[in-house]
Amino acid sequence: MPLDTKTTGFKYIGTRPDRPDGIDKVTGKARYGADAYAPGMLHGVMVRSPHAHAKIKNIDASKALALKGVKAVVTRADFPTGLEGEDWNIQENCMAGEVALYDGHAVAAVAATSLLLAREAAKLIEVDYEVLPHVTDVDEAMKPGAPAIRAGAADYSVPEGLHPNVMRYIEYGHGDLEAGFAAADLVMENTYKTEATHQGYIEPHACLAQLGADGKGEMWVCTQGHWFVRRMSAAALGIDVANLRVTPSEIGGGFGGKTTVFIEPVALALSRKAGKPVKMVMTRSEVLRATGPTSSSSIDVKMGMKKDGTMTAAKVTMRMQGGAFPMAPIDSALDCAFSCYNIPAVHHEGYDVLANRPKQAAYRAPGSPMAAFATESLVDEMCRALKLDPLKTRLQNASREGTKASFGPTFPRIGLVETLEAAIAHPHYAAPLGPNQGRGVASGYWMNWGGETSVSAALGEDGSVTVSVGTPDIGGSRASMALMAAEALGIPYENVRVNIADTGSLGVNEPTHGSRATYASGLATIEAVKQISTKLCQRAADKWGIPVEAVIWEDGSAKPSGPNAGEFPPLTIGELAAEMGGTGGPISGHFEATPSGHGGSFGTHIVDVEVDPETGYTSVLRYTVVQDAGKAIHPAYVEGQFQGGAAQGIGWALNEEYIYGADGRLQNTVFLDYRIPVASDLPMIDTVIVEVPNPGHPYGVRGVGETGITPPLPAVANAVHAAAGVRLRSLPMSPPRILAAIKAKG
Amino acid sequence: MTQIHVTTTVNCDEVEFLADPRETLLDCLRDKLGMTGAKEGCGTGDCGACSVTVDGRLVCSCLVLGVEAQGKTIETVEGIADGEKLHPLQRKFIQHAALQCGICTPGILVAAKALLAQNPDPTEEEVRYWLAGNLCRCTGYDKIIRAVLDAAVEMREGV
Repeated sequence: MPLDTKTTGFKYIGTRPDRPDGIDKVTGKARYGADAYAPGMLHGVMVRSPHAHAKIKNIDASKALALKGVKAVVTRADFPTGLEGEDWNIQENCMAGEVALYDGHAVAAVAATSLLLAREAAKLIEVDYEVLPHVTDVDEAMKPGAPAIRAGAADYSVPEGLHPNVMRYIEYGHGDLEAGFAAADLVMENTYKTEATHQGYIEPHACLAQLGADGKGEMWVCTQGHWFVRRMSAAALGIDVANLRVTPSEIGGGFGGKTTVFIEPVALALSRKAGKPVKMVMTRSEVLRATGPTSSSSIDVKMGMKKDGTMTAAKVTMRMQGGAFPMAPIDSALDCAFSCYNIPAVHHEGYDVLANRPKQAAYRAPGSPMAAFATESLVDEMCRALKLDPLKTRLQNASREGTKASFGPTFPRIGLVETLEAAIAHPHYAAPLGPNQGRGVASGYWMNWGGETSVSAALGEDGSVTVSVGTPDIGGSRASMALMAAEALGIPYENVRVNIADTGSLGVNEPTHGSRATYASGLATIEAVKQISTKLCQRAADKWGIPVEAVIWEDGSAKPSGPNAGEFPPLTIGELAAEMGGTGGPISGHFEATPSGHGGSFGTHIVDVEVDPETGYTSVLRYTVVQDAGKAIHPAYVEGQFQGGAAQGIGWALNEEYIYGADGRLQNTVFLDYRIPVASDLPMIDTVIVEVPNPGHPYGVRGVGETGITPPLPAVANAVHAAAGVRLRSLPMSPPRILAAIKAKG
Repeated sequence: MTQIHVTTTVNCDEVEFLADPRETLLDCLRDKLGMTGAKEGCGTGDCGACSVTVDGRLVCSCLVLGVEAQGKTIETVEGIADGEKLHPLQRKFIQHAALQCGICTPGILVAAKALLAQNPDPTEEEVRYWLAGNLCRCTGYDKIIRAVLDAAVEMREGV
């Protein structure tokens, strides 16, 4: 797709105006998922399996249904049969069929006139289980004798002789691996493990659903992608997508975890059965037990390096469990494992494994943080062994334009070199450290995404413009869209209103995921509003009686241009808009595409920590994020993405983990026990925005949302090693683990 | 269960509602009074998204029963602005981009206002420890801390 690209000389791009939804969000007016109410509304509550793996022998809801005010109970019997592939997986995850596959798996749901009553009724639903053997660890799940969670479901890629829990196998690479390792002065190989973590969005999943017996329905839902919700819910219920209109609420965080459905098809099924609207809101324990945390992983990495730091070969084997369903993100994890480096020989192997855990969902650069933890820890170990500067060694081997990427294609213009140079030059990198303190660095990558995108822009009678996009605003994207529309039209930022449209108002849009909103919806916004200025030029040309080729759009006005255009005073957007009814009718612009010019984003982080040798507690003292944004549309929200990604990565590195007991039950199901970083855990997070324009976006934008969570895991591990002299190869690096490592060292 | 009649003051207005004794103040504010500014992020007092003040004291409204509001004075995020005039904290949060998704923002504003009422000149560390009960998953807290410190300056200097 040819695009006019402009990367300098902006009037609005790069400024920091107040976000358009700011007042709503600081006054409590903004309406999130749980903030919707409907006349006659019922409350839905889920019944969940207390077992990690159990056959559902019988469900008796008679006592619940006998309660006055209980209007409907649904089980899997209320959903259609015959679904296949991921549709079946989603249906099965939303409501178990014959077997409960993890602690917290939904087995039934009830709707009643009050939430208290629905909760009471849920307790009265009797489920007869036959408990089955379970497995929750990825390495255990692959061993002979581990319970087979879904025998026979593995796809064609899995070699014979592997455990039936292995669902997919991937292998690829290039170059002569043996020659590469033979050419190295140092070859090191280690195994790394990461525990599952949760996105930890503060807003639990919530929806308000209405579905009639005629198959026509509506839903209000907190989601990153309401077209996804529509498609998945419609498939799970056997209804047509066009009959389900989904309106997104404001969304209280998602980070990938709200790109699928959990309660939504169930709320619709309850509504259909009860003939009334049904609201469902998850508790925090339900969120942790039964939404989509990350995979846990077990990773072997081997790398070869010459004495001067040149990388010669690298091999990674990645085992990931994605819960009791296939599709752990082994693909993207492997693609990101060596993406930062130009290595002549690389080999990747991946195993997608089932375990009795909830179905993993995307979490900010899915797979990449785990891969980076392994690779970037090993690179640090090798730099230590060879007494090399870790940033200069990275720079020496860095991927750049023209490098054959570890995952195959040749990199276009990318910004890793620039982030490394900025990190080396940053005062943080040379700042003195005290006793028990250490510094770590790491780089990371996310390929980003374009995806299906549809945007409309409509001109108002006064020259203001309404832009309708389909990507929910999770972190200020309305402001970014308004800035891009204002820039493209040459009108003030305040004259653009950005709405998040429902599924009935635009073509299909993928969610706000893959760091794609500012890139893809932004690109479509620019192209849609340009159609408005093109049409306005035509109106002006008609009025002046000159060819449209002799009219240009500049600073929000149509102007005659060229030798034969004649002398006419410019016509402003407001003047043209006021007359549009009589000059040809309403004016709007529309753009839809699946843009694929999303440029990947690289980042390099520097972190200083202090490890208390008495307790093993790690304090993060100083943190700097350097990342390529392509072009920062609204720099404050770009910085916010960098800082938020770093904070989540620090939590993953130091503290967050899913803890399963021997009974297969999740033991830390509240925020007190699944402890995410709080304000007093973190320092200020310094940011450096590197801008290497992405040739695939009109203003050079690269997605920035995801890359920032990737470097912190290894950067913190590298800093802990520098501070305490111990290498932690399993996450999280919680105080007891660090203390044990210090004691083992003696 | 028999509902109990509760009369209380919310953001200077006298209000009444009927509460089941099991219902939290948060449930009552949201579901009975239509004040959905306070959010439920956890229901266990760990996230602070439901922060309100009761007789001037900062609490998690998910840990207070609705019936306990009887005769009390409650302030919520909806009462922070004076009509169309935003409180300095609200303005600074917008200016500093101190919110991304915004779900934690109501609770953090209520908590920060309570902090500045008793300590108009807090250090960065004091702000961080005061807000340690308010989880934010989007921002890494950097811009939140800056916004609170900047609002404190403005409130002290009266500009």
